[in-house]
Amino acid sequence: MMQVVSKEIPIFAIIINKSLFPEPGFYMITNFIYHFGRYVMLLGQSLGGPRKLNIYFRETIRHMMDIGIGSIIIVALIAFFIGAVTAVQFSYQLGGTLIPRYYIGYIVRDMTIIELAPTITCLVLAGKVGSNIASEIGGMRQKEHIDAMEIMGVNTASFLILPRVIAGLTMIPLLVFMAAIISIFGAFVASVPIGLFSADEFIKGLGMFYDPYNVFMMFVKSVVFAFILITIPAYQGYNVKGGSIELGNASTAAVVFSNVFILLSDYFIALLLTT
Amino acid sequence: MIRVEKIYKQFGDLEVLKDINVEFERGKTNLIIGRSGAGKTVLLKILIGLIIPTSGTVFYDDTDFYKLNKKQIRKLRMEVGMLFQASALFDSYTVEENIRFPLDMFTNFTPAEKSNRVNSCLEKVNLEGVNNRYPSEISGGMQKRVGIARAIVMHPQYLFCDEPNSGLDPKTSILIDQLIRDITRENNITTIINTHDMNSVMEIGENIILLQDGHLVWQGSSGDVLTEDSGIIQNFIFASPFLQRLKKLALEK
Repeated sequence: MMQVVSKEIPIFAIIINKSLFPEPGFYMITNFIYHFGRYVMLLGQSLGGPRKLNIYFRETIRHMMDIGIGSIIIVALIAFFIGAVTAVQFSYQLGGTLIPRYYIGYIVRDMTIIELAPTITCLVLAGKVGSNIASEIGGMRQKEHIDAMEIMGVNTASFLILPRVIAGLTMIPLLVFMAAIISIFGAFVASVPIGLFSADEFIKGLGMFYDPYNVFMMFVKSVVFAFILITIPAYQGYNVKGGSIELGNASTAAVVFSNVFILLSDYFIALLLTT
Repeated sequence: MIRVEKIYKQFGDLEVLKDINVEFERGKTNLIIGRSGAGKTVLLKILIGLIIPTSGTVFYDDTDFYKLNKKQIRKLRMEVGMLFQASALFDSYTVEENIRFPLDMFTNFTPAEKSNRVNSCLEKVNLEGVNNRYPSEISGGMQKRVGIARAIVMHPQYLFCDEPNSGLDPKTSILIDQLIRDITRENNITTIINTHDMNSVMEIGENIILLQDGHLVWQGSSGDVLTEDSGIIQNFIFASPFLQRLKKLALEK
């Protein structure tokens, strides 16, 4: 097998090796535009045909199992401890102030729903699911599976990316919703039995100033983050060239860029939906 | 028939193929041979559109491949089968699912029809009863045969094989060669094989092209190889003293 030589340099390489370029700032911008353009084109290609619905349905279910069921334990574990730590920390910070203790329930609820559940869950999933997607698709590229499908006439971008996107957009908001509930439960379990505040105070706080718009915001964030953490790794994996080192780099880049764009979009969504 | 016209390919400063003009005939096993790095795989990938040539074009019968749009290319590719060097079988699918994959994607056959087609392909490659095994559970030679079965399941008009004998023992190599030749003749398809294997050259080489440093330097059949006196072909095919002695014996007989 002959490895096709490419002069294209992954954007990740530019960040980690500035000595490659005399003007890294300028090169980073042009390189970013280049990769962003290819990313958009790949997404456009993934919406094209031909496709057999039953095959796509089967693939979507498989990825829903991988992304959703396969991530329940890690998401639950992290959500529980985030809720627990948030409650303990706020209890400490509000100690000795005139703010009533039941405000802790209110703060934990809104922090969890608005920020912690969608953002932390998706950052974790970017590591777990994102690196998995980049490695899986990248491995298929290296083992010529993608070439084999192309030669059969399969729209590989569509076959490999679309079912994952649908699975991610379905399962990740559900995981985030689950994380929010577990997080609040974690806050209760970690604080009430040791006497940081009473169960009544916590429950009273949970019911205060409830605004369903915050739940809507949580779902908006989880959908956007899900799209990012599925499509960026898919792009990285789909364009892998070379051997195991490049595959490792693609997997790392997938996680790094997913995290960066999740945090960036978090800021913009917060701006858009709260001001 | 596949016709290559004035193909030139460059990667950066590296010129890989230079002015390749050749015709691969229908019903024959066409072989591309040459040393490692001679440009064989690049030429094969250009033929199927996985690599775009710097200049030149490829005709599938009378159709200019590089003037087709994406939709037309996908349609044409349904008439193409390819056996990859490492078989490229999908790890998470069983043998049957691998072979059935193109049928699932592009036909409206019933499950029974698909199953019949899969079994008939497995029978053709002498691999019955392995339907439910995974690629990791079968040998390299069996994987090649599954790869061939998958390549022919859609009844292609064009069959491409990238080093079908690599990593196989001599006996299995001969079986694979014979299988490819039989399929080519029975179905009257255009088969193009990229190989290093000199046994394949002599056994099934009906139309052989030799690439050297990106140039097409020789064309002929396995019969021509024996009688050809030019240094290029002799140095490449009969490189070892043992093969030179064998050639001498063959000519004496």
